[in-house]
Amino acid sequence: MVQVSSASTAPTPAQARGTLAAEALPLGIFLVLAVLPLVALSMGGSYLVSLGARVMIFAIAAVALDLLVGYGGLISFGHAAFIGLGAYAVGILAAHGIGDALIALPAALALSALYAFLTGIVCLRTSGVYFIMITLAFGQMAFFTATSLAPYGGDDGLTIAARSTFAGLALIKNERAFYYLVFACLLGSYLFCRALVVSRFGRVLRGAKDNPLRMAAIGFNVYRFQLAAYVIAGTLGGLSGFLLANATEFVSPAYMSWQRSGELIVMVLLGGLGTLNGAIIGTAAYLLTEEWLSGFTENWKVIFGPVLVLVVLFARGGLIGLWSELQRRLRGG
Amino acid sequence: MVEPVLRLANLHKKFGALVVTDDVTLEVLPGELHAVIGPNGAGKTTLINQMSGLLTSDSGTISFGGRDITPAPMHARAALGLARSFQITSILPRFSALENVALAVQARIGSSFRCFGRAADEAALNEPALAALADVGLAERAHANAATLSHGEKRALELAIALAMQPKLLLLDEPMAGTGREEGARLVGVLQRLKGRFPVVLVEHDMTAVFALADRISVLIYGRILASGKPADVRADPRVVAAYLGDEME
Repeated sequence: MVQVSSASTAPTPAQARGTLAAEALPLGIFLVLAVLPLVALSMGGSYLVSLGARVMIFAIAAVALDLLVGYGGLISFGHAAFIGLGAYAVGILAAHGIGDALIALPAALALSALYAFLTGIVCLRTSGVYFIMITLAFGQMAFFTATSLAPYGGDDGLTIAARSTFAGLALIKNERAFYYLVFACLLGSYLFCRALVVSRFGRVLRGAKDNPLRMAAIGFNVYRFQLAAYVIAGTLGGLSGFLLANATEFVSPAYMSWQRSGELIVMVLLGGLGTLNGAIIGTAAYLLTEEWLSGFTENWKVIFGPVLVLVVLFARGGLIGLWSELQRRLRGG
Repeated sequence: MVEPVLRLANLHKKFGALVVTDDVTLEVLPGELHAVIGPNGAGKTTLINQMSGLLTSDSGTISFGGRDITPAPMHARAALGLARSFQITSILPRFSALENVALAVQARIGSSFRCFGRAADEAALNEPALAALADVGLAERAHANAATLSHGEKRALELAIALAMQPKLLLLDEPMAGTGREEGARLVGVLQRLKGRFPVVLVEHDMTAVFALADRISVLIYGRILASGKPADVRADPRVVAAYLGDEME
């Protein structure tokens, strides 16, 4: 028993310092996001505020995708479908005169959860490249279904008359109020996913990524856990879609194109897989670079493409990996 | 008549035209260590895979604790208390040794859909896990990353994972494979101590280990059981000597 107590789980001072450093990054991220509107509006522009909201909206979907890719090893290539479903729930309800978030938000979440559940049942029977292909196929199915919705704009999409109301009150009409709603949603999603990955559930999910055979041999039916994770990630995608529809006051099939799904994967990779913080940073880096480069030239992708290749080649852990490598070198002298 | 823990009845398995398990009937009795020996390619690992549910059988039945488990997948059999190790070490390389074992505890006690609280800090998971690690002599390595363990330590870790499942039957597929003489001897010592806690099916090439540990031995040749009985009887069986042990015992 002496051995047992000597191997107890109390953190060492070094670990405690590590925790503090690890917390500095998310604290920094959310602090910057929290004060952004105050600074931006004092400079008189609402452009930065809507750009910030846009970044955070996609960050919600990226964090959810990181849950699947980074922690579950499930490379979903159809994640944009959930954003689209959430957005269309808002758009279609609005087209029928139902503009209240108290109906639209649950509808958006339920629709994407249901789609995740039904497609997940099939997709998760496969793994590896087959999983990528089948999630892509279901994503495209949602895309083509949306383009064929003639009463709701078909290819052209659908304009929403006004942002969702809350019990009849136009609470998020104001740009800043909407920004803070998105902020709260991102913070909530992030904290939820963070709790999830270290919980018993998250440990099973991570174990299944590491060695599914071993997990089955100790008695886990990993399929059920992966399906639950898939539904959670899909639902968060729906939340992102609900917010996106409100941000743009417009819904379009383009929201769920496979290019969009690919962009989401790039955002997560760019920031650093399996870190959650990385998904937020990656989303910001992707969208801001896109915004910046497209100011110079229409063909910004010609520049952006090679940059992404370089990041993947030389910064294996994404921007987060680059950052901690830098810290390590500085500390090491 | 003692009720067997595990009973294989007329089990068959073919890979294409190759018959790897040919009408195998085998009983594992409570508390015994039952060794399955035979030359390479005799179908020992296939048989273990059929027992654990990794492979489905073409025909025949498997009952475990009096229950027919023939159609049950591996995770369901594991949940019933059928633990196994693998010939090629199978652990979670990115987890600590402790977490590897704590996950097995978690699988046993359930509530794995719990989404809140840090699993790594739960004493209810860590204490039984540490006890299992101590059982195999790995307590000091509890916080080491599993990938950094030596080969022998990984084999011991696999054993600790199985112990944490509180198995009703343990299937060991060449636990000594690839270990050095010293590590091998240490593992034999560990198995010697564990013997009797639960029945064990041991597939092993190291005949010294087999004869030191086994209560009964079944000899598998070309997928068929050639002989089954007490170590002394098996060793003296002329058919076994001719087919297998003749070379091994030299």
